Amino acid sequence: MKTFKKVALPYFIWAALFIVVSLLMVVYYGFSGEGGLTLDNFARFFAGSTLKTLARSLRIAFITTVFCLLLGYPLAYIISRLMVGYRNLAIILIMVPMWMNFLLRTYAWVTILSKNGIINVVLRSLGFEGLDLLYREGAVILGMVYNFLPFMVLPIYTVLEKMDQSLLEAAADLGCNRFKSFTKVIFPLSLPGVASGISMVFIPAISTFEITTLLGGNKTNLIGNVIEQQFTITGDWNYGSAISIVLMVFLLLSLFFTGREEEATSMRVEEVVGE
Amino acid sequence: MSRFLKRLYLFLIYGFLYAPILVLIIFSFNEGRTRGSWDGFSLVWYRRLVRDREILSAVYHSLLVASISTIVSTIIGVLGAIGISPYRGKLKRAILGMNQIPVLNPDIVMAVGLMVFYRSLGLDFGLLSLILSHIAFTVPYVVLSVLPKLKQMPSSLPEAAMDLGATPAQTLWKVVIPYIKPGIISGALMAFTLSIDDFVISFFTTGSGVDTISTLVYSMARRGINPEINALSAIMFVVVLLLLVIMNLPKEKSAQEGR
Repeated sequence: MKTFKKVALPYFIWAALFIVVSLLMVVYYGFSGEGGLTLDNFARFFAGSTLKTLARSLRIAFITTVFCLLLGYPLAYIISRLMVGYRNLAIILIMVPMWMNFLLRTYAWVTILSKNGIINVVLRSLGFEGLDLLYREGAVILGMVYNFLPFMVLPIYTVLEKMDQSLLEAAADLGCNRFKSFTKVIFPLSLPGVASGISMVFIPAISTFEITTLLGGNKTNLIGNVIEQQFTITGDWNYGSAISIVLMVFLLLSLFFTGREEEATSMRVEEVVGE
Repeated sequence: MSRFLKRLYLFLIYGFLYAPILVLIIFSFNEGRTRGSWDGFSLVWYRRLVRDREILSAVYHSLLVASISTIVSTIIGVLGAIGISPYRGKLKRAILGMNQIPVLNPDIVMAVGLMVFYRSLGLDFGLLSLILSHIAFTVPYVVLSVLPKLKQMPSSLPEAAMDLGATPAQTLWKVVIPYIKPGIISGALMAFTLSIDDFVISFFTTGSGVDTISTLVYSMARRGINPEINALSAIMFVVVLLLLVIMNLPKEKSAQEGR
């Protein structure tokens, strides 16, 4: 196979330009300002309100991840215990919405939650007061859970489905009741799936700006919105790059320390291909 | 957990996943503009949709960009995977690590990087920058889906072909590529799906006048409610379902034949 090393040339050129050079450009922009190289952008970040926005993004991404885990784990578990035919159907039904444009699906929640939306119309026809649901933090979290729940379910399901059934039989033979065999056998063995699920929900949740804009109005600003505004409205590319660097370093470090990056990738690959 | 509770739970979650889609489809047939109330059945939004230049051009751009970027990134990615699979040790880990960066990095950081890169090149934002960006972010996924297939292939296979007189090009074309074909197909499929569903990268790297479905929906939704979007969603959902059925038909058949 050594003969074929040459054919990777276009790939290496692509990687050099679109991964290495473009990231280095972001780093260069982040460390430069009007008067050449500077740390001003980072000083501004750590002194100003953006740090608070980062904290809020962390909190919302964390809440989203917890909800996805609490809803997604039982779902994955129930599906993995179904009969094979139903199991495949259940998983396909989880993936079908993912193939439809996610902005369209997020946008549908506006129709459900808005002032004259379905929930309020139903409430009012029953004689209740209408609720102010849209353009709040809760709506943003709902939109994120809705969009990212499959990212949690699929890796956990993959692990549970592949689990050796004889382990459970062994646990039962050795005197475990169902609760104990879950806490002592099933759950610990499913942790790799849980870990990749967490990273696959957390990363998009902390960096999204489109869900915030659609469902949060302009009231709930997250770190993604701040980056977006620097590039599209304010035109302060240096500051926007600096925030991007902080976000990237933060996420890559957390992935590195949990040591899950390879698993997370392979899970994500499996998921998108739908195998 | 009892059987009933399990069923109820599945029912609730699927309800949560499908309710918005159902709402979009139902309201695409609504005569009025308001969201909450039903004013009667009508196909008016479908009629407007097929005459809406803006939406049609967005659909065209999405398909064009996805097709071109899938072809190019599949070629680059497959050749890349073949070329990097013989590497071993630290060098290989470094290459794979580099390949992971676009996969793990938040989309917005990759998008910002591309934006800054194009500006430094003096490249105008438009269809070309959009296609380049889509190639850029889909290549790693093609590599990742082809590499496992190459790992499975015994290295004696291409060696035998060359011992028997095949040129390297012939070996590649007649032995290696057919062997890794399933990986290539799933890689291409993934590139297409990611490209057509992408919003963040497109949003930052396209220029004025060049919208994809995602960027158009985003700007429409910000401007206010447009029921044509509902009609578009309903059509897309039906297309996705049809594709799913078509893709699953031959699979079932071959499984039956296998028995």
